[in-house]
Amino acid sequence: MALKARHKRFVLIGIGLALIGLAAMLILNAFQSNMVFFYTPTQVAKGEVPKNTGFRIGGLVEVGSLKRGDDGLTINFVVTDTSKTVPVIYKGVLPDLFKEGKGVVAQGKIGADGLFVASEVLAKHDENYMPPEAAAALKSAQEQSKTLVMPTK
Amino acid sequence: MIPEIGHFSLILALLVSLVLGSFPIIGAARGNTVWMGLAKPLAGVQFVLIAFAFLCLVYAFAFMDYSVLYVANNSNSKLPLQFRIAAVWGGHEGSLLLWALILSIWTVAVSLFSKRIPDDMRARILGVMGLISVGFLLFMLMVSNPFERLIPAALDGRDLNPLLQDPGMIFHPPMLYMGYVGFSVAFAFSIAALLGGQLDAAWARWSRPWTILAWIFLTVGIMAGSNWAYYELGWGGWWFWDAVENASFMPWLVGTALIHSLAVTEKRGSFKAWTVLLAICAFSLSLLGTFLVRSGVLTSVHAFATDPRRGIFILAFLVVVIGGSLLLFAWRASTVGRGGKFDVVSRESFLLANNVLLAVAALSVLLGTLYPLFLDALNLGKISVGPPYFDAVFAPLMAPAIFLMGVGPIARWKEAALPELAKRLRWAFGISIATAVILPLMLGNFTPMIGLGLFLAFWVFATTAELVYQRLGKSDLPLMGRIKANSRSWWGMVIAHLGIAVFVLGVTIVKGFESEIAVKMLPGDVAHLAGYDFTFDGVVDRKGPNYEASHGQIHVTKNGVLRTILEPEKRLYTVTNMPMTEAGISPHLIHDLYASLGEPLDGGAWSVRIYHKPMVEWVWFGCLMMAFGGFLALADKRYRLKKRAPSKEITSKAVKSSKKAKA
Repeated sequence: MALKARHKRFVLIGIGLALIGLAAMLILNAFQSNMVFFYTPTQVAKGEVPKNTGFRIGGLVEVGSLKRGDDGLTINFVVTDTSKTVPVIYKGVLPDLFKEGKGVVAQGKIGADGLFVASEVLAKHDENYMPPEAAAALKSAQEQSKTLVMPTK
Repeated sequence: MIPEIGHFSLILALLVSLVLGSFPIIGAARGNTVWMGLAKPLAGVQFVLIAFAFLCLVYAFAFMDYSVLYVANNSNSKLPLQFRIAAVWGGHEGSLLLWALILSIWTVAVSLFSKRIPDDMRARILGVMGLISVGFLLFMLMVSNPFERLIPAALDGRDLNPLLQDPGMIFHPPMLYMGYVGFSVAFAFSIAALLGGQLDAAWARWSRPWTILAWIFLTVGIMAGSNWAYYELGWGGWWFWDAVENASFMPWLVGTALIHSLAVTEKRGSFKAWTVLLAICAFSLSLLGTFLVRSGVLTSVHAFATDPRRGIFILAFLVVVIGGSLLLFAWRASTVGRGGKFDVVSRESFLLANNVLLAVAALSVLLGTLYPLFLDALNLGKISVGPPYFDAVFAPLMAPAIFLMGVGPIARWKEAALPELAKRLRWAFGISIATAVILPLMLGNFTPMIGLGLFLAFWVFATTAELVYQRLGKSDLPLMGRIKANSRSWWGMVIAHLGIAVFVLGVTIVKGFESEIAVKMLPGDVAHLAGYDFTFDGVVDRKGPNYEASHGQIHVTKNGVLRTILEPEKRLYTVTNMPMTEAGISPHLIHDLYASLGEPLDGGAWSVRIYHKPMVEWVWFGCLMMAFGGFLALADKRYRLKKRAPSKEITSKAVKSSKKAKA
């Protein structure tokens, strides 16, 4: 009844490979379903964003747009990439470095009314540091405005 | 003048490391004992030179020499002395110097405590470490010189990032680096084994304590970082799966696999090639981690655009070290020989399965950390992979690993019988299943994850108890005698495994039962959480050495009885104009009460976050137990045989003693 040594080795290797395959499937599947994409306010305005899944937006907090609810915790603000804007609502305590006119990244979903409901607001680390996504949004907006402006000249 | 002397000292250190990285290795190949003998004194000289350069930089920070660019960028005259010194490793250049210093410390330590190692092996090990040192010193001298002058000098410095102005900054980075760089010893041992074509039980016994020591430092370093994030960031979290943390976690996962694989190589002579491969991977991931965190690539992959030479050097260095050692592995791995055979059901295969699971887990972290960077670098879009990915991946990978952790130490080497294992473990299994169902129901919240976590924690507790009972119960000796009859490294394993159980228990309870609220509070307002009443007493202004603080006070009562007073703070660091949150925490074995100030609202009100964190301290206590287990293993007698014997004798002794030491 006992298996030969060589067969045992095959069994071991077979089980090992099957398990590694399973793990790889698990990892790739988890990766696929948990990727969060980033969009600029211009892309949001064009309607290029997913309807039902969450994503990230980034840009500057428009100066003068920050409004607080009476509870002190419901916050409305507008994210701009200097060409288009997205209104955002967030309930919670803002990070230390959240300021009007500074870079911000928010993660959440967009409603049918075009209001971005943020589950998380990120603004971190130092006064001059711009979240990379926010910087990219501004840069691409500038590049687009250049391409739009150039032909008219 | 001092910075120039430091700079010069680094140049001399580079020359020394060039000699250290070449002559002893060539000498070992040719059997030239004089060249091999160079390694030891050179390791000492290299250490003195780098330590001297490091002290020069410390001096520049301590005495506020703002004519040094790096000092001007990372310090300020208002910064207290302890943080001015910690600021030495607060930026890219200085942390590279700390890296090089720690590498030279490990090198000199290996040269001093390697009396039992054959001359050619020691020469190769020190030579490989010298080569790594060459890479770092070249990098520093060419593109990241910490002693670069700023002309004209700045009037004052731009200050250390306020986030780093914390006692955590004094301990956490050096600890972490001791761990990172410590894996260079295991790496050097492996490369030396590949070069020499010699890898036996004695080799494993020599490299084991070094690897365990590095692993201890890394464990404590990661734990300190996690604890620091917990009280400094004010979000009540202790692990965020961000790229910086992942960079330290990947070497830990592979390093953990490595210390287990080394155990098999020492006891059974198996897993040789795998051990070597793991050592290469652990160190490669340490290198990758250092560069990821310290090169600025994480804040933006385009950080290198400002200084492309740095990026090119780093990539080239990684390619040479990782590519070179993997090529060497592919070429020479067959020479290290195959190990003893083992059955499908045996302690070896349980350990192998755990090794593979740990390696796969490290790979999954690598994917989640690097893939977004790749996409961004290739301009294919920006994505982020957050905690949900890692949570989804880690539970199914670690659950079987922790389950096997309970079985492995009980199974026999070479060939174990499943029925016997099942018989020995049925009680442990029953107890842990029962606990996993009953305990959450008693606590009033049952979810599959809580059940799984509790099952795993109690599985490890129960199987370890079974193991200890079997070992201690069979003897007539008095209890102390029975305890001493087992080796310290065996007790080390027991404690470290119990540490995992404590850790898992802490994670499960805090994840499953924590609660939080965010509220607007006027002085006198009361918030309720987890049966406690939090009364906000208001905020007073305070002045720190280099910051202005709003110092809040919240007193916590339960049923009218005062339990504790929390003192969260909001600071504004004036030089950088950066606000910082200091959480007010009351740590406790059963639960932490935690409060942090959000923002001032009108009329003296503040937004306040309050957290109830049951058993969160167990997370870090578990890590400390793992580290303590490591120390016990290090203290094992067999690593302290002082006398140097011919290597043949050691090998035969090793086989005998290993037979004796563990069944």
